[in-house]
Amino acid sequence: MTEEIIIAGFGGQGVLSMGKILAYSGIMQQMEVSWMPSYGPEMRGGTANVTVILSTERISSPIVNEYDTAIILNQPSLDKFENTVKPGGTLIYDPNGITRHPTRTDINIYSIEATEEAANMGNTKIFNMIVLGGYIKVKPIVSVENVIKGLEKSLPKRHHHLIPENKEGVLKGMQIIQVKK
Amino acid sequence: MGELRLMKGNEAFAEACIRAGVDAYFGYPITPQSEVIEYLMAAKPYETTGMVVLQAESEVASINMCYGAAGAGFLPATSSSSPGISLKMEGISYMAGAELPLIVLNVARGGPGLGDIQPAQSDYFQATKGGGHGDYRMYVLAPSSVQEMCDFVLIAKEMAFKYRNPVMILSDGVIGQMMEKVELFDPIPRRTIEEVEKQCPWATTGKKPHRQRNIITSLDLDQYKQERHVLKLMDKYKRMEEEDVRYEEIQTADAEYLIVAYGSSARICQKTIDLARAEGIKLGLLRAITVFPFPSKRLNELANQVKGMLAVEMSAGQMVEDVKLSVNCRIPVYHFGRTGGVIHTPTEVLEAVKNLLIK
Repeated sequence: MTEEIIIAGFGGQGVLSMGKILAYSGIMQQMEVSWMPSYGPEMRGGTANVTVILSTERISSPIVNEYDTAIILNQPSLDKFENTVKPGGTLIYDPNGITRHPTRTDINIYSIEATEEAANMGNTKIFNMIVLGGYIKVKPIVSVENVIKGLEKSLPKRHHHLIPENKEGVLKGMQIIQVKK
Repeated sequence: MGELRLMKGNEAFAEACIRAGVDAYFGYPITPQSEVIEYLMAAKPYETTGMVVLQAESEVASINMCYGAAGAGFLPATSSSSPGISLKMEGISYMAGAELPLIVLNVARGGPGLGDIQPAQSDYFQATKGGGHGDYRMYVLAPSSVQEMCDFVLIAKEMAFKYRNPVMILSDGVIGQMMEKVELFDPIPRRTIEEVEKQCPWATTGKKPHRQRNIITSLDLDQYKQERHVLKLMDKYKRMEEEDVRYEEIQTADAEYLIVAYGSSARICQKTIDLARAEGIKLGLLRAITVFPFPSKRLNELANQVKGMLAVEMSAGQMVEDVKLSVNCRIPVYHFGRTGGVIHTPTEVLEAVKNLLIK
């Protein structure tokens, strides 16, 4: 089993850290993982993206041009990556700020109102964990328990008191993700 | 089993330097390798192992600090990315001339000039053909995973002392910035001063009454003596070719066509092999682990078996020249690769295999 994922959005949305937590969750599940960020001019103001690969086998190329799953958090990323999802693949997006919605009919499209939900919960910082929760609901490749372990591994000890609210975000995301109508 | 961590290639190199017992790191930040010095500064090895970590005022200063440390028998490391490596080349040439150990990491980016900050393999000529002035070579390792960014520090350490010569780890922005699972080796203590003196009787460790003074220099104004010195260096590089060529073969046993690649490009090509095999194309991969010395002998043997070779590198075509020399133009050899910081995809490589190699 190999899952190739692109996560893309604005810098500051927690795109890279979401990818890192997902990669650590994979390690907790004894999988091979790779995490390849965009580190170029785009992360210096603008869009940020990261390719995460989770696999039960040795990972060949960390660079791929089509993905099993795209997690899209802004319009420029949707424009750029909608067509890179493999036929039959999955696209998850937060409709907040999206004016041109995805149109493909050969992939599974889910929407998750994570920006709105994070605001409702009074904690905009758990936005990315809500999205991650949505992802593991539709693609249960890693378990919630291993995501929490991944969080513990990727957060420095001094931030470990934030784990309960992040867990809450993951669980909320699992509840609110829905098939796009 | 050693400790498992999820790390960037740059961080793995930094941690490996501490664990390998490297004596000093002198560097200067540049994207995409700044995590090396960031990691070392945060890890503070000077408080535990006594390893010196210092951010110099420039690349030129940092390589000359390495020159000084190595002259005293210590093992220094430095790192930079392409434009910064160019600045270090004078010092590297001096260290090769003075026969000193050094580990230097290049996390290469697009060039020439300042180029851009995206991954590239267009520093191959610089790394393998000398780079600085004069008749010299570096022993050059090309890691293709974060694990190898860690493990190759140990090989680099061994080779730097075996040959008393600078060793380069030639990486790029993909391997430097990517995070993968790494199994860290157990720490090796740094040598004591007594051990340094024993291992490096040539070093400037203070003149003892019973021996002549040691002089570290790359200068000899007597051209005949200088010629003898250069020939001695050449013997060393020949020995590298005889004793320490490293490569990996993937699905070459029944291959009719062969890709030759190194570093991150070799990772991308592994996926191309899978795609090609799924279509019934008998494609294999030779991954050069050392790009100097180059696995020429093995490529020459494979030329008896395959119909053609494709050198796939993120450059406008540099390693392809070594592949052609290896097979003496007995079979067709082509080049494919994106350059200037663009990374080719596995499917682009497969298209090139079909268009150039199979036709």
